Amino acid sequence: MTSSARRGGTASSFRSLSTAMLKGFVRDRAGLFFVFLFPLMFLVVFGLIFGKEGGTKPKIGVVGDGPVVVALEQSGAVELERLGATDDAVRKVRDGDLPAAVLAHGDTVELRYAASDQTQAGLVRGIVGGVVDKVNIAASGQPPKVRLDSQQVEDSSLKAIQFLTPGLLSWAVSTSAIFGSAVTLVSWRRKQVLRRIRLAPVPVSTVLSSRLLVSMGIAVGQTALFIGVASTPVFGLSLSGQWWLALPLVMLGTLAFFAIGMFAGSFAKTEETATAAANLVVLPMAFLSGTFFPIQNAPGWLQAVSQALPLRHLTDGMLDVMVRGKGIEALAVPAAVLVGFAVVLGAVASRLFRWDDA
Amino acid sequence: MSPIGGADGTIVVADLRKRYGELQAVDGVSFTVAEGEFFGILGPNGAGKTTTLEIVEGLREPDSGSVLLLGEKPWPRNPRLLPRIGVQLQASSFFDKLTAREQLETFAALYGVSRGDAADMLDLVGLADKANTREDKLSGGQRQRLSIACALAHDPDIVFLDEPTAALDPQSRRNLWDVLRVIQQRGKTIVYTTHYLDEAEILCDRVAIMDHGRILAMDSPAKLVRGLDAPTHVMLAEGVLSVEQAETIPGVEGVNADGVSLTLSTRTPAPVLAALAERGALDGLQVRTATLEDVFLHLTGREYRA
Repeated sequence: MTSSARRGGTASSFRSLSTAMLKGFVRDRAGLFFVFLFPLMFLVVFGLIFGKEGGTKPKIGVVGDGPVVVALEQSGAVELERLGATDDAVRKVRDGDLPAAVLAHGDTVELRYAASDQTQAGLVRGIVGGVVDKVNIAASGQPPKVRLDSQQVEDSSLKAIQFLTPGLLSWAVSTSAIFGSAVTLVSWRRKQVLRRIRLAPVPVSTVLSSRLLVSMGIAVGQTALFIGVASTPVFGLSLSGQWWLALPLVMLGTLAFFAIGMFAGSFAKTEETATAAANLVVLPMAFLSGTFFPIQNAPGWLQAVSQALPLRHLTDGMLDVMVRGKGIEALAVPAAVLVGFAVVLGAVASRLFRWDDA
Repeated sequence: MSPIGGADGTIVVADLRKRYGELQAVDGVSFTVAEGEFFGILGPNGAGKTTTLEIVEGLREPDSGSVLLLGEKPWPRNPRLLPRIGVQLQASSFFDKLTAREQLETFAALYGVSRGDAADMLDLVGLADKANTREDKLSGGQRQRLSIACALAHDPDIVFLDEPTAALDPQSRRNLWDVLRVIQQRGKTIVYTTHYLDEAEILCDRVAIMDHGRILAMDSPAKLVRGLDAPTHVMLAEGVLSVEQAETIPGVEGVNADGVSLTLSTRTPAPVLAALAERGALDGLQVRTATLEDVFLHLTGREYRA
């Protein structure tokens, strides 16, 4: 066989292996669900839950009437629930149905708040205190000494979907890549597909790179789906200028997690073990990398741990280019970390590669 | 030992040994297979057939001994040799969710073979009407035949089949025999393992009988059976003839009545059958000559249990 004919053979092997794996993937309904719909469900559910968060006001109970109650109503800072009796209002606070209740009789205004939620309590105390002061100043007839001019600024980081889309997409891409390589490798070894490939004059690299190509195609599909759904008016994602830089980042993420999956797959003997191993790697990593919720409030040591995880850097990079308006310079660190993981784990996995179980 | 093949055989195996812990799985196996020959490796489960075959295919490294296929060493993985051998594996190993035709095309592409031959291969193994059926929807026998078609997809010179008829129903086994005969007619050298001695007797040009990692005997099935000098058994329905009458027939060496039939043992079946015909005792008559199972019994001193 001439070298050119052999190269032609490798190219056709690569093409037909990729096609075979893509067909196998597309025809696997459960696989499609876990790769596309399952992570999308997270996006939809979290998007709907947290989407309202910016607009919720504390709801407090009110008994009686007076200038303070009227001023509270006009402030727009709280929602009021009219209650008939003082006992009723206090019980509702005690039961946790309401964070606080205002009891107005004449010039005395009592505030009863639940101690359990300090944030809510502080908020309500501040609001009610401010309103009472305002009423007092107005009653004194004096002009206020200090004027506060407050205006709302639309801050993109407030909107949950801006944070959720890059995070959940990073999680979806890494999960699919790690499962795609770990479970495929183990299932092929167990079913002796690897043995059959070993008996054909085709290099291992061709087999692995064709599976990697399919994983990358899947990642592009996930990116398109996530951005498409999140951009609908229901969720209202607004992408920043160079959001398309997310694509090269998604490719690098796929590469890194594919290598991690290869590594896990070289130990596991059954598909079940491979699935468990992949979950064990990817789930804690997802929580520690700020894919579901921000990690900024976590203790320092946990943040340090988080910095060692490839998913953290993928998520950071995605946030930077998709919604924080950063450019290509934001890719430097994530790209270096992801390529590093891919090279090191890929090298170890290829040393551990086994054609057969025995 | 063998008149065929010799040093220039298509397959030359010399003194293979392989040990797994305490178990000497292969214990000094040598054989040669000539071009176009249908060679069977027989024996009960655990005899070392599959290990021997895997070493010959180049899937395992022997502890000692040598293998040459078409003049090439199969171990370590030898890409020059791989296109010239086709291996059907014991487990039916396929890609997920692909149809019969797609499986064949994918395997052919691994060898750089164009897709045109897939239809021909499916036809050969009798799966032309299942081309668009997914592998997981095929019956066991159909999967086995597809597996063989995949092993042949790149038109190899030597075909290895490991227990191709195991776990098949009798009808599927017979269908597969036809497939194997056609493959041999196409000039392929076939090496196959089986624990069905009757099947090997029908299909193989030459067989090696293995037990405990060694080859006990190797020759054509007919020569092995003839070499036994075992008596022929003639079975009659009970009551056609009495035991005493049977014993008087010249050439009869033994008579055995088991309540259902009367069995006469003889090394000269022709005059015995003539004598039975004279007495009008041919109704329901059956003649059983020695088989490879008798050869196995003779070689090992125990009944053959697959």
